Amino acid sequence: MAEFEPVITARWGIEGADTIDGYLEHGGYTALRTALDTDPADLIETVKASGLRGRGGAGFPTGMKWDFIPKGGDAPVYVVVNADEGEPGTFKDRELMERDPHQLLEGIAITAHAVGCRTAYIYMRGEFLFAARQIERAIAEAYDRGYLGRGAAGTDVDIDIVMHRGAGAYICGEETALLDSLEGRRGQPRLRPPFPAVEGLYRSPTVINNVETIATVPHIVERGAEWYSSLGTEKSTGTKIFCLSGRVARPGNYEAPMGTPARVVIDELAGGVPDGKRVKAWTPGGSSTPFLTDEHLDTPLDFESVQAAGSLLGTGAVIVLDETDCVVEAALRFTQFYAHESCGKCTPCREGTWWLTKILRRLEHGGGRLDDLTAMQDIGDNMLFKNFCALGDGAVSPIHSSLKYFRDEYVEHVRVGGCPMEERPVVTAAEAREAGTTGVVELGEVLR
Amino acid sequence: MGVLSDDLRARAEELASRYPVRRSALLPLLYLVQAEQGHVTDEGMHEVAELLDLTTAEVEAVATFYTMFKKAPAGRWLVSVCTNVSCALAGAREVYDRAVADAGEGSREVTTDGLFTVEEVECLGACDQAPVVQVNYCSYARVDPDAVGELIEALRRGEVPEPVAGPKPVEHAATARILAGLGDERG
Repeated sequence: MAEFEPVITARWGIEGADTIDGYLEHGGYTALRTALDTDPADLIETVKASGLRGRGGAGFPTGMKWDFIPKGGDAPVYVVVNADEGEPGTFKDRELMERDPHQLLEGIAITAHAVGCRTAYIYMRGEFLFAARQIERAIAEAYDRGYLGRGAAGTDVDIDIVMHRGAGAYICGEETALLDSLEGRRGQPRLRPPFPAVEGLYRSPTVINNVETIATVPHIVERGAEWYSSLGTEKSTGTKIFCLSGRVARPGNYEAPMGTPARVVIDELAGGVPDGKRVKAWTPGGSSTPFLTDEHLDTPLDFESVQAAGSLLGTGAVIVLDETDCVVEAALRFTQFYAHESCGKCTPCREGTWWLTKILRRLEHGGGRLDDLTAMQDIGDNMLFKNFCALGDGAVSPIHSSLKYFRDEYVEHVRVGGCPMEERPVVTAAEAREAGTTGVVELGEVLR
Repeated sequence: MGVLSDDLRARAEELASRYPVRRSALLPLLYLVQAEQGHVTDEGMHEVAELLDLTTAEVEAVATFYTMFKKAPAGRWLVSVCTNVSCALAGAREVYDRAVADAGEGSREVTTDGLFTVEEVECLGACDQAPVVQVNYCSYARVDPDAVGELIEALRRGEVPEPVAGPKPVEHAATARILAGLGDERG
């Protein structure tokens, strides 16, 4: 990979950069001073011109999101930071908050000023105990030094940040479920429209951005839209943190320009697949993004190219499976996850994830049938785009993509009556039923 | 006589005052109940409902939605093993089985000595550290079956091993106090 200067991970290696003194020493809070002296409309224009797109998975243009906030209304405007990182394979926001908490706070303060918000909330998943500690300490330091609170950074702008913890629910990473949770309700998605920009938190106009997105904002303010858009590709500008895990020699977070080929990210940054094995399947952006194969390794990792290859960039969470790994087992584990995390509000998602789990379980553990493959395809079709939120769509990704690229592997599972990838006693259908792994898709019976 | 002490009731008010709508403090207040009683009890939910002017049904609906609220007594040390794909590839299934076995009888609920609860959890956002295990939400990295056995033995001896980052975990109820948002006073 060509020489590249990291942007949002630049301070990760610096001892003490997570404290306010360390942060100030390394350029911290200068962008905030600039921003507070800038007209909010100009800030929005700058972020628009930078081409920054949301890093939480959907890739919506950030500046446009900010611009949707009605100007001059009576209702308070809120900024909510989505720090509920839970997409399997994703761990960038946690490290951003643990290592450089002030970068996030500075981004929040700038965002708040841009959209006319007085109080911002960080909604962080409860399991991030250390990240929360770092953020809470940083908030206290920032108030103490006058970068937050009344008259932030010596101006007449007031900015408060409130830290709020979730309590264990992946769905709360979905922005409207997050809002419901922050309002003290079950985290269930809302019907849109109205969109949060019009009716969000407490029915007020609300901007919801991912941690990585907001952490980028100070750099854009400091170095300009033109500089930022010179990084990455034309439509996917800037840099992205790729989270490498699974079968790679050096799992970890790697920041690279958007459009860096998957092969470079996997082989050069993460050290490739160990023991000379080859890549069998990989996700570009977490469990909700369709599997790709070794034939797609030259795909540039940006929103457009990954979509053209038949998947989605998602959160940039690259999970690698090698030739010895069972795709059916991986699909089963992801599907169990969705079945557990489906909030239950929409029938296609609630029921579909449950059925898929049962089918995959018997395919993997014995008792699978060839027509299970058709049933899985159909259940997926009946889940796609039929729910309030995208959780159900995400659940279909590992199903349809694994059937597309690894159909033979499913057929082999049916043929041997279980997983052919490991030495495991082959279970008969009757034994499987006894063990409670089937009894399932007698789907025909149920549908009758 | 309520569930929350006078001090915690005052803290509950403080938490509620952080939000323009008091109901937003519901999750924090349920953590307070967990801090006081070890898990979210019926009386606790009733009291939270009163404090926030909600019905008990509304509070129960929320409490039962989130996995970090324990509806039954939990061990002093909650051992959470991620078994999602990145951790599974690194052997998390064996880690979980070993944790369940070593923690002792009843570990999937609470062990008879009250020390442990072992649970299988979804992605903890630490896939670079797979397989990852948390003890009261403090992470331990690249934990193999022997390592989880040692971790459990150490806790049983009253020693708390250093997590991968940040201070050592405190007991489950004390952790709930931190989660409520009352500040992380660990050294």
